[in-house]
Amino acid sequence: MNWASWLLWGFLATIVLTTISSATQGLGFTRMNFPYMLGSIFTADRDRAKFYGFGAHMAAGLVFSLFYVLIFQSLGRAGWWQGMLIGICHRVFVLVVIMALLPGLHPRMASEQHGPEAQNLLEPPGFLALHYGVQTPLAILLSHAVFGAILGAFYRLA
Amino acid sequence: MPAGPFQTERRYIEESNVLETRFLTGPGEATLIDLMPVASEQFKRTEIVADHEIVRQVICTKGEVEIQVEFHPRAAYGGNAVRLHDHGKLGIRFESGRGVYWLRCNRPLHVQSDSAHAAVVLKCGEALEFSLSYAEESPAVLPALGTRVGAAIDRSVEWWRQWAGRSNYRGPYRKMVTRSVLALKLLTYSPSGAVAAAATTSLPERIGDSLNWDYRYCWLRDASLTVRTMLGLGYMEEVESFLTWLLHATRLTQPELRVMYNVFGGSAPRERELEYLSGYFGSRPARVGNGARHQLQLDIYGDVIHAAAQYAGIHGPFDRATQKTLVGLGRYVSRHWDFPDEGIWEPRGGRENHTHSRLMCWTALDRLVALCNKRLLSGAPLAEFLRERERIRRQIEARAWNEKLQSYASTLEGDGIDATLLRIPWYGFERADSQRMKLTYRAVREQLGAGDGLLYRYARQPAEGAFGICGFWVVEYLALGGGTLREAHDLFDRLLSYANDLGLFAEETDPDSGDLLGNFPQAFTHVGLISAALTLEEKERGEPHPAEATGADTKAAGREARV
Repeated sequence: MNWASWLLWGFLATIVLTTISSATQGLGFTRMNFPYMLGSIFTADRDRAKFYGFGAHMAAGLVFSLFYVLIFQSLGRAGWWQGMLIGICHRVFVLVVIMALLPGLHPRMASEQHGPEAQNLLEPPGFLALHYGVQTPLAILLSHAVFGAILGAFYRLA
Repeated sequence: MPAGPFQTERRYIEESNVLETRFLTGPGEATLIDLMPVASEQFKRTEIVADHEIVRQVICTKGEVEIQVEFHPRAAYGGNAVRLHDHGKLGIRFESGRGVYWLRCNRPLHVQSDSAHAAVVLKCGEALEFSLSYAEESPAVLPALGTRVGAAIDRSVEWWRQWAGRSNYRGPYRKMVTRSVLALKLLTYSPSGAVAAAATTSLPERIGDSLNWDYRYCWLRDASLTVRTMLGLGYMEEVESFLTWLLHATRLTQPELRVMYNVFGGSAPRERELEYLSGYFGSRPARVGNGARHQLQLDIYGDVIHAAAQYAGIHGPFDRATQKTLVGLGRYVSRHWDFPDEGIWEPRGGRENHTHSRLMCWTALDRLVALCNKRLLSGAPLAEFLRERERIRRQIEARAWNEKLQSYASTLEGDGIDATLLRIPWYGFERADSQRMKLTYRAVREQLGAGDGLLYRYARQPAEGAFGICGFWVVEYLALGGGTLREAHDLFDRLLSYANDLGLFAEETDPDSGDLLGNFPQAFTHVGLISAALTLEEKERGEPHPAEATGADTKAAGREARV
């Protein structure tokens, strides 16, 4: 395990991932604001939620990149296409499984069973996060494919 | 709305923008409350709230009322259908453009592909509630109904009541002044402080005609009066916010100014006609965008600089960047004031040498000179400003006066008149009781009077409606010395009677029927109303008018040009 290489490229890949996510939102491919979704777990304040979410997103990027490099280590090789493949598999799992579980995990998110007389809640993502725009799955897959490709291309095996 | 025949009564709840409509039907009565919920920043830190939301609550207050519900959203100004997705208890969702809309209701709605319907019988005490929210960022907030609606109504009424209570106007027209400033606040885009001219597009100036324009943009012309009204009422935060928007929105084009901007400070879109719409009472075409956006209207320089001067008179010196901006605008005025332009009324027929534009260029230079004299502005070419200010004065006095008409004319050496001539004393160019102004006022009343104190903005055949703000200009002219304060009060009272049942004005009024014409509610009319009320109050108390306080050419204001 090359800790220095993981820290450097895990951090840079997360920066690129965050940039692509913000760009796809700003350009109108998706409405999904992942930092807000994460940060609103901790606070109702929209501005603070985005700030906390950004921190949580960066931390999560580093943690997930650790799993990526562990896979590279176990495979004994790392390359951009292996990284991209891991990134796509990772996100397909998140889109199909985690998004469906999210309303039960997120304290401020509604589920399809919530009636209108509950407190103010956040809209659930729906299957493949399609509630956040029909191109959301593609935007997410793209950003994570690039995330994995950067890690795979630049991580140096121990 | 109720299923059978009904009558309605409307009012705003106290001094708020929460609207209450009572439906009186045969078998019962119901009250509809409409609002855009508003809450303090402190509240928003403790509870997630929707970015944009409209709430409607119908409560049956007597007997039994059947309510017909129809939800039929359309995108692109009605040009495109949208597809509704029924998410059961969660609500109805549809997407349009970059955003998502959620409609929530406490009763089930029957959803078809592009519409939703219901027929609900409410018994006394029962409520029907709706929340329509919009978000461009996901996850969107899904507002709750039930007890939260009542809380949102109470919170919103209280918020507005406190905001309106900040007004320091204590004169006899408080109710109308408060309603006007509440309407102005609704026309303000909070994130930037920009004030839109009106909330609508294509409501006609003449029913069945083509004078249908899009006013959902911010005109710099409105700047001066908006600042005057907000300052006069004590809303300093709003003034600072608006002036910051005004000076920064124009940064990309300085020293040239555009006539109008969108609320973000960008250019208003190009004008286009929506041919598939039949228009209000057949008034075609309906338009979006505004073709006047690239016109040259030199008066706006005076509006902007006068607004800044009023603010500086209270707030103190500007920062270095703002001073540089103002000086740049002044230099532009001193080099372009004798250009023909389209002028305040934005005709589409070409440029002329408008007296009002000259007056406002004079105002721009005069206010800059005053700021220099008060050491609130540095780096200005004072000698150039003084020289050009005097040249404009001489030109107006020599070439705008028409001996045959015995009145100032709308254009240099012209023979038409318009209501802006009554603004000459307001900006301190000439006293209201001068011989020339008295004659001009007489000519304006004779040629532009529409009856019962109403005034057309200019002579036009066929006539359009009486122009709302022009009537209030007359009130100010009379109060400034063109008549007596009693005359001014009497006229003001008559004009106020033309407001609708909620105290709101459009751009124009039909002199025959009293119906409102043009886009609605109109900021220009409401700032005119508040300004007139403030002028009356100032004169009652013997206080100086803003032009006296911000102008430099006081000697000239006391001077009377020879008739």
